[in-house]
Amino acid sequence: MYATNYHRASSVEDAVKLASANDEAKYLSGGQTLLPTMKQRLAAPSDLVDLRHVSDLKGISVSGGSIRIGAATTHAEVANSAEIASACPALAHLAAHIGDPHVRHMGTIGGSIANNDPAADYPAGLMALNATIVTNKRSIGADDFFTGMFDTALEDGELIVAVEITAPLKSGYAKFPNPASRYAMTGVFVAKHGDGSVRVAVTGAGSGGVFRQSDMEQALASNFSAGALDGITVDDSDLMSDIHASSAYRANLVKVMAKRAVTAAG
Amino acid sequence: MANVSMTVNGRAVSGQCEDRTLLVQFIRENLGLTGTHVGCDTSQCGACVVHVDGKAVKSCTMLAAQADGSEVVTIEGLSSGGELHPVQAAFREHHGLQCGFCTPGMIMSAVDMIQRHDGQLDEKTVRQELEGNICRCTGYHNIVKAVLDAASKMGEGAKVAAE
Repeated sequence: MYATNYHRASSVEDAVKLASANDEAKYLSGGQTLLPTMKQRLAAPSDLVDLRHVSDLKGISVSGGSIRIGAATTHAEVANSAEIASACPALAHLAAHIGDPHVRHMGTIGGSIANNDPAADYPAGLMALNATIVTNKRSIGADDFFTGMFDTALEDGELIVAVEITAPLKSGYAKFPNPASRYAMTGVFVAKHGDGSVRVAVTGAGSGGVFRQSDMEQALASNFSAGALDGITVDDSDLMSDIHASSAYRANLVKVMAKRAVTAAG
Repeated sequence: MANVSMTVNGRAVSGQCEDRTLLVQFIRENLGLTGTHVGCDTSQCGACVVHVDGKAVKSCTMLAAQADGSEVVTIEGLSSGGELHPVQAAFREHHGLQCGFCTPGMIMSAVDMIQRHDGQLDEKTVRQELEGNICRCTGYHNIVKAVLDAASKMGEGAKVAAE
């Protein structure tokens, strides 16, 4: 790891101020991706602004159908939240299957989506749930937030404060984890919303990161059952192809995982 | 440079290190507690697992500065009065190790897992929960046996203590 300067932020304002004081500063949330990347010298921020002690960034609140998750809330906290388990069990299931127990104790929802790894789980969940990403400056819809592989709508220094979700009627998440890394080789989150619409978001497969599968959304809006996806063929032209799986294999996984997610949603 | 203070195995410690110093380096090199191992350096193997504020974390994926003010427990802090912790005893009893390199992390993970599940573990859960700990020689069979045995003994112990 190259040398860096550590700062512990005490509030959102303090964090933004510390980060804006230096061009090469980065926010450090759980650090479960950033620190390994720094250890490999693939990232070399001059300054790290630690968010773990900012109480305004933490916690889960559920009121009626409205869910708000602070950006520095860990995967373990989401996975073990009785409120999330009752309002949106698929999201708790998703969080419970990120990485391993030790990673889940540190890794956070805000850190995950700010990084927007093309094989991360949360981007699919938040896009299918039509989440709103609240930053220190504005609110961004998930469709506009995730702009490409490792790319988001966040501006320099902009800090994610919370994620807001309206609980869906039904939702399910199924992923095919890479047997070694446990990252999604393909993961599909399916959500049926109160207005009757269905959103299907796919992670781990797209060469541009998370995306929505609109033909599946239409099929499921008229018939929310795994069988409704039987006639759909997933186009593999924009899917990733690497040592783990070809694009054709991933195209098939999208369909298989989507069906499992619908079944899990019940 | 960072001035770092924390409680490690019940003892208040402090030291100076670079801001980029990993918690595992601080534990091993500043404090001389070499029971915590560095296995992979890529945050995958779990040989470096310690408890920070009651939670199992990979100490190779946390800066020492991040742990400033925290309570840390390492493998050296488990036994008391010369008596092995039940999980340590179970690993010895069931031969849950061969070369022993992964063992400190395995045991710290097992203690965390047993606590989180209140001692109520089955084989499938133990295997899933060990996802972040890699053993490259024994295989997991005896490790899983050791964790299950320790969980049932600690469960009984907790019951007796409650009564």
